[in-house]
Amino acid sequence: MAKIRKGGKKSVPAVSTASLPDIIFMLLFFFMVSTSMKEVTYKVDIHNPEATELQSLEKKSLVRYIYVGVPKREFVKHYGSETRIQLDDAFAEVSEIRPYVESERSAMKEEEQGLLTISIKADRETQMGIITDIKQELRKAQALKINYAAVQKMK
Amino acid sequence: MGKRSVQEINASSMADIAFLLLIFFLVTTTMSVDKGLSRRLPPPMPDKKEQKDVEINERNIYVVLINSKNQVLAQGKYVDVANLREDVKKFIRNEGNDPTLPEVLPLSVEIDGRMEQVMTTTNHLISLQNDRGTEYQKYIEVQNELVAAYNEVRDEYSRQKWGVPYSELTDERQSAVQKIYPQKISEAEPKNYGGKK
Repeated sequence: MAKIRKGGKKSVPAVSTASLPDIIFMLLFFFMVSTSMKEVTYKVDIHNPEATELQSLEKKSLVRYIYVGVPKREFVKHYGSETRIQLDDAFAEVSEIRPYVESERSAMKEEEQGLLTISIKADRETQMGIITDIKQELRKAQALKINYAAVQKMK
Repeated sequence: MGKRSVQEINASSMADIAFLLLIFFLVTTTMSVDKGLSRRLPPPMPDKKEQKDVEINERNIYVVLINSKNQVLAQGKYVDVANLREDVKKFIRNEGNDPTLPEVLPLSVEIDGRMEQVMTTTNHLISLQNDRGTEYQKYIEVQNELVAAYNEVRDEYSRQKWGVPYSELTDERQSAVQKIYPQKISEAEPKNYGGKK
């Protein structure tokens, strides 16, 4: 029978930490699965515009991004403070969009080429002129599915 | 301690290693899901060919203009973006068959396996024009209002017909509603009114 002993030489046993790695690994796997790597490092400042009727982009592998905004402070010296376009990791001109889209498309699987979506991530203060130029360029490149990236408006 | 047991591998640093990995992933990843307004661009214009003017009845077009000072002009009237949605909804529906709103024509649509005649404004068109100096945020707001107007019209139709919101309809019903109220937003060829900025 259980007896309550007082005194005695017994010390409190240490809490076993043997399962701690398992717990941490579980967390780790959760984050590995649920997150995606940052696509690029932004070289332009982007504050997404706000909207309410948003649709989420489903297949990330079918989406390519065009970033539009004012260069970040460390690049202003070389690239000026005018609105610029960023494709992948570099600044680009409007005329580079078409070859970019075409090469990205040809790198995709053939049955998925028609599903290519271009997401335009532009700063909310961008003037429409450059966006219009991009859109015209995308039309010429036959990339007609586009998406204006925006964030949910808080009511 | 007379008995000597096989020494275990010390696993206490395992947690630290795992923590390190965990922190690495926490830092390098982004949780955000990409969201936005999806649009379809019109195919490119044939280059040197004569541009054919498509005949569209005046009453079927709803013209939205945004100038370089971010002011919105809808159907010749200066409007606030907040009021645009109601106006567009009225335009898309044209319940009273108003002669100034788009013509209401019968359209046969397959609903639940049967062909049905629905009176709707099939030929309507919303034309959106903006200036090169328009701010992107304003443009998105207007686009958003237009999409919202369509969504609300579709939702109301669905509630009236089936008693459930549009988002809960089956795919076939959704596409039937889409056929009745197709999203027709045309973005005109760019023009430069406000001068280069």
